[in-house]
Amino acid sequence: MRIAIQEEPFDFGAEAAGFADGRHDMGAVVTFTGVVRDLASGDLDAMEIEHYPGMTEKALRKIAAEAQTRWDLGDLLIIHRYGRMAPGERIMMVGTAAPHRRAAFEAAEFLMDYLKSRAPFWKKEHRKGATGWVEAKDSDEAALRRW
Amino acid sequence: MDVLYFAWVRERIGLPKEKVETSAATVADLVEELRGREERYAAAFADLSAVRVALDQELSDFDAPLSGVREVAFFPPMTGG
Repeated sequence: MRIAIQEEPFDFGAEAAGFADGRHDMGAVVTFTGVVRDLASGDLDAMEIEHYPGMTEKALRKIAAEAQTRWDLGDLLIIHRYGRMAPGERIMMVGTAAPHRRAAFEAAEFLMDYLKSRAPFWKKEHRKGATGWVEAKDSDEAALRRW
Repeated sequence: MDVLYFAWVRERIGLPKEKVETSAATVADLVEELRGREERYAAAFADLSAVRVALDQELSDFDAPLSGVREVAFFPPMTGG
């Protein structure tokens, strides 16, 4: 298992290729990456992510440990960036490896749902010289209830 | 104890961290005390439904006791992922 909280970009291809490599007992590997998006307006200059050093590490370890107790995972990866990112940059990724695909997919979704609203990160958008904090959605909280 | 602020709570209060000497029994009592200090605190804590609290880096709630706590953090709902 590896958990990384970092400012610098990560190499998604290399991370995905190296994840659970050689684990021949793992028949299913799921990777997910979240990207800074600029949907309709096309005016997003940057996304800035603040976090709570110390608590972030603890929260991610707790979320990862919970995933490992719920599913039979051979390996697990969480990388989450903070700092300033341009549209199209990768913010984070998770990887899950399990003997069967259902567990790998479910565990990846579980990690994503919990990272969204139980890991102390806050996103701020920079648009045309103005800034605004991204608000949490009720649906993010609702997503936790299915687990 | 150390009191930390993040995201717009930090921006409204105007600092990321401060030492607070308090005899507040609970988080809610501490919030009341801070609100009474200055307008910027009152502004940050105007709507507590929009604020979350962590005690010693674990999510907690406003009813929680402060005895033995070294670090309190206030922040908006998290937006990771």
